[in-house]
Amino acid sequence: MYQDVIIAGFGGQGVMLIGNLLAYAAMDQGLECTFMPVYGVEMRGGTANCTVVLSDEEIGSPIVYSPKSLIVMNQPSVDKFQPRLAIGGVLVANTSIIDPGILEQKRLRTFSVPANSIADKLGTAKMANMVMLGAWLEATGCLALESAQGALDRVFSKQNSRLIPLNEKALKQGAEYVRGV
Amino acid sequence: MTQAIQTEEKQVFRLPDVLADTATHFCPGCHHGIVHRLLADVLDQLGVVQDTICVASVGCSVFIYNYLLLDTVESPHGRAAAVATGVKRANPENVVFTYQGDGDLAAIGLSEIMYAANRGENMTVVFVNNTVYGMTGGQLAPTTMVGQKTTTSQQGRSFETDGAPLKMTEIIAGLPGVYFSARVAVNNVKNIKKAGKILKKGFANQVQHKGFSFVEFLAACPTNWRMTPVEANERVGGEMIDYFPLGIFKDNDNDGL
Amino acid sequence: MKKNDTNLLVKGNEAIALGAVAAGCECYFAYPITPQSEIPELLSESLVEVGGTFVQAESEIAAANMLLGATACGKRAMTSSSSPGIALKQEAISYMAGSQLPGVIVNICRGGPGLGSIDPSQGDYYQTTRGGGHGDYRTLTLAPASCQEAYDLTIRAFDLAFLYRNPVVVLGDAILGQMKEPIKNWKERVVLDGKGLDWSLSGARNREPRLLKSLYLSDGALAGHNRKLQEKYQAMRKECDWEEYRTQDAELIVVAFGSMGRIAKSAVRKLREKNEKVGLFRPISLYPFPEAPLDRLAAQGKGFLTLENNAGQMVDDVRLAIRRHADSGLHCVLPGHLANPDDLLGPIEEAMPAKAG
Ligand SMILES: Cc1ncc(C[n+]2csc(CCOP(=O)(O)OP(=O)(O)O)c2C)c(N)n1
Ligand code: SF4
Repeated sequence: MYQDVIIAGFGGQGVMLIGNLLAYAAMDQGLECTFMPVYGVEMRGGTANCTVVLSDEEIGSPIVYSPKSLIVMNQPSVDKFQPRLAIGGVLVANTSIIDPGILEQKRLRTFSVPANSIADKLGTAKMANMVMLGAWLEATGCLALESAQGALDRVFSKQNSRLIPLNEKALKQGAEYVRGV
Repeated sequence: MTQAIQTEEKQVFRLPDVLADTATHFCPGCHHGIVHRLLADVLDQLGVVQDTICVASVGCSVFIYNYLLLDTVESPHGRAAAVATGVKRANPENVVFTYQGDGDLAAIGLSEIMYAANRGENMTVVFVNNTVYGMTGGQLAPTTMVGQKTTTSQQGRSFETDGAPLKMTEIIAGLPGVYFSARVAVNNVKNIKKAGKILKKGFANQVQHKGFSFVEFLAACPTNWRMTPVEANERVGGEMIDYFPLGIFKDNDNDGL
Repeated sequence: MKKNDTNLLVKGNEAIALGAVAAGCECYFAYPITPQSEIPELLSESLVEVGGTFVQAESEIAAANMLLGATACGKRAMTSSSSPGIALKQEAISYMAGSQLPGVIVNICRGGPGLGSIDPSQGDYYQTTRGGGHGDYRTLTLAPASCQEAYDLTIRAFDLAFLYRNPVVVLGDAILGQMKEPIKNWKERVVLDGKGLDWSLSGARNREPRLLKSLYLSDGALAGHNRKLQEKYQAMRKECDWEEYRTQDAELIVVAFGSMGRIAKSAVRKLREKNEKVGLFRPISLYPFPEAPLDRLAAQGKGFLTLENNAGQMVDDVRLAIRRHADSGLHCVLPGHLANPDDLLGPIEEAMPAKAG
């Protein structure tokens, strides 16, 4: 088993948080994993991205140019990363923000997820990131939803632990949305 | 039988054991040797010889370890206060002092001394100001007097291009973290006695965990001043003390000694 | 970060800091610089919590000299920085080498020359393996490629520093420093108080005074001192460390260290899927450089390609190691470009002996 993903969006959309969560979920399942954030100057432009690699073997590069999958939360990230996605790769796009017309459908397995509206219904658009990760888990099938839900307490501090149940729900609804499509 | 004169031998003078029994390499009339001797006395009187770590610097005094039989570490030029910080933080129970010239402390090592002082490191700094770079042949130092001729200021130090000599004791005294800052001279017996007392206080402060103590010695460098030892001594007592006044500029004890 | 968690996801920088704590580091001195600031940030808390000392120094020069002072007392001590700061530490590193003091120095290398960038870089290879400062000296250099290795090699750095009484450099880059991976093998903190050492300073109580110095002026003294140092550097050769991956049947050996080594590993895997007979040789100790195993591989008639995230530095050591049998090609990813496996496939394929032939 080998899977990699670039997660990209605006700063503040919680891109790093779901990257971390995914890495913890993988680790808890006994998989090898790496989490590589972009940092510093590149982050000042207002965009953020990270790369997560999961494998049942020792991982080589934590940096991936053509990923097997992509979670995009904003338009500039589509422009930057969609052309690099490997043929047959999984593209999970937040179509609450991104115009579905710019998403490639033929070359890729594309999943349009209105993550903000789904999260809104749960009470806060802030959890759009969790909806996206839930959708990605379902689309790739590489980890069980429960493993991500179970790892939430690893990425939320004690003070924020009350947010965990709602985030569990957001993950679930993302997965359900993809299953329903 | 004539009455035997009963006299018990009473030692009135002895060299402290910490002072090595060796010939000096300092020039005739150099004040480094006097400062070394005062240090030996003070450490001996306080009974801390076996607890002391000396941090040597780069300058004419680099061989301090040949004269004072102490655990010693050499530091790069100017860095003694940073090295001493490392020593003291690693071994807080030891008595730690640096011994630095004016080039070492006030030029290349200005940053290190200011920050060690400002942190209030519990250490003692012995600063020997002879207004020149002695070891390298008498070049302009941060403490060279305006008008003083050196090998790199052959027309005399110019205030316009070189600025004024730094008064380190006053500068150090201005830092809130400093416990004690004083300037002394060893140009005559009276001043030597006073210097010994003040130096002792600089070390006693450390033993009592009071904090950072700084003692500046005005010193003669007859060789690079191109003077006889007597002339050099007179210069210290005259021109130097006029510009670098003696006294205690900061004492958190405020006991007036 | 949760402590006592046996399976913890940590950044390479954090792994180094936690490795230092486990190794019994008692004093740590630093000045902030990206991309290594997680090390001082973590140690300012974690080291103090276990009774250690942290000083944020006024400069890298001061931090390295504080390290000199603390190691003179026989304490396990460390400083860390990134390239421009490491340049400033070279003064103290040379003095520590001359005075035989066991300081540990971490360099999370970034792009240069000058202010360069905070991008990953391997541009300090020459500096670290040739001594870096003035004079004839060497620092043992360890180059981790994963967070677990960063943790383990930091601990090893302290052990080697004291074994040889010599500065040891842990050389990483921004990839290693910023990436997160699980650490699985945690070690208990063990503090060796250094009291039994026969050279460290503690005040000359009931023994002869000790002197730690690098100045040797009398006739022949410095030559004698240098001879002793050179003998020590020879003795260090047995600390050579490296990883080989699918080298046995390989026709081409890719040589790369640190982050570049693991990026190259992914490229090697991809090419193996296409039945290209390629293997990876990853030096883990950069000084001493693992010459003997490279010479052995060269004697088997294999080809070589050195991959570096600089303009070509380690390739000199590779060529020296294999000079009796082979030469090495070179492919450079210049600092400022982030290397990735896909970009390495072409250069490796081109260097395959059949094609290069
Ligand atoms: C980095 C560095 N720069 C320059 C020198 C050369 N140097 C040796 S001693 C010295 C100045 C010494 O003057 P001072 O500190 O006033 O002490 P003195 O010799 O007068 O007692 C200099 C510049 C050095 N050793 N290291
Ligand atoms: S050169 Fe000056 S400071 Fe140096 S030993 Fe001679 S008199 Fe003393």
